[in-house]
Amino acid sequence: MSDEAATTGKPLLTPFNVIAGIIVVLGLIVTVLRFTVGLDAVTNLSDYNPWGIWIGFDLLVGVALAAGGYVTSAAVYLFGMKKYHSAVRPAILTGFLGYTLVVIALHYDVGRPWRLPYPFIMQRGTTSLLFEVAACVALYLTVLFIEFSPAAMEWLGLKRARKLVVRLTILLTIFGVVLSTLHQSSLGALFLIAPAKLHPLWYSPYLPVYFFVSSIIAGLSMVIFESTLSHRYFADKMDAAHLKEKDTVALGFGKAASLVLAGYFIIKVIGVSEGNNWHLLSTNYGLWFLVELLGFVALPCFLYAVGVRDKNIKLIKWTAAWTVLGLVVNRLNISLVAFNWHLPASERYFPHWMEIVITVFLVTLGVLAFRFIVTRMPILYSHPDYEDH
Amino acid sequence: MEESIHTLQEYMFHTESITYILIIGALLGITFFWLFLSQRDDDEE
Repeated sequence: MSDEAATTGKPLLTPFNVIAGIIVVLGLIVTVLRFTVGLDAVTNLSDYNPWGIWIGFDLLVGVALAAGGYVTSAAVYLFGMKKYHSAVRPAILTGFLGYTLVVIALHYDVGRPWRLPYPFIMQRGTTSLLFEVAACVALYLTVLFIEFSPAAMEWLGLKRARKLVVRLTILLTIFGVVLSTLHQSSLGALFLIAPAKLHPLWYSPYLPVYFFVSSIIAGLSMVIFESTLSHRYFADKMDAAHLKEKDTVALGFGKAASLVLAGYFIIKVIGVSEGNNWHLLSTNYGLWFLVELLGFVALPCFLYAVGVRDKNIKLIKWTAAWTVLGLVVNRLNISLVAFNWHLPASERYFPHWMEIVITVFLVTLGVLAFRFIVTRMPILYSHPDYEDH
Repeated sequence: MEESIHTLQEYMFHTESITYILIIGALLGITFFWLFLSQRDDDEE
């Protein structure tokens, strides 16, 4: 950070840096508490509610919002949509940082970090969904690291290594799509084991399909959202190609998101029909379900469509932010709000303030890492010494 | 009128009937939605 201050001439004590610094210090204190005193000291988790916001937000939302990596690289490298090429590196970086933070967040929940490799060596249940998620996340994080590495290699001047990795692009993209399809859906499948605990409007045999399809929507929207923020705060780091393509990316991804949202809306309604749960729509939970379905699925679907038809980039950008919020609402509904819905209020889970501190701490770490990387490496511009791949 | 469902057969018939009608509606709906979404692309071309 001192390098940055020296090279850009910007003061170190900006409001952003001060707030981020306070959050990091608080996060480190709670981290020490969590790993020395235990879960009970910093969380409201219980036998009824063993999964709190570290799983509901940090993991489920984190994985879904990191889907922009596989969605964008598949569009560009597998479907040949080269006009979105400028979106690949920021999307891969967001995905890489997202998955890294997911793994870090998992440590807070599971504890004993030295046991991270245990799923691969200490059990034989390869039919376990948790094993599949662990395997896919570990492999996909490795794939994302390799996909991201050419930018770091260009920064470090490692030409031969970069050339070797670039040759693997198509193979890595295929791996990324396969692994993402597997674990995005498996995260939804985790809740299939608890039909009596999850409210019938959110429980469905199609949960894995819902999680996978909504991850595509989240990925597309997150690329637009991240691009909006990057253009606002890092416009000076962008080259002409990135500045020129920003509207193309918003229009193309907005159109795709609108169509996938329409499909998602249809399968959600079919889920209600298949479960014969129409009568539950008039209950309090039903009204909240309708808020999610109409407010965070149907509405952004329509707004994206209008934005694309009218070439209204501002509307598309706001809709992307709204859709990202909708994904957060969906994952929190499934993991917290509609989970254990039959329990009395006294037994329901609400996160401890220190759980929230850790979540904010991890998001802040992600933002700081993103800023550190895009201000140094060729993420938002093409390095003049290397050809695009 | 209150629907009376006593057997799995009746339950499946009831839910699947509604679902099939919804799917036909959805297929038609998404076709028109696609036209709405991409209409101006065609105009430009």
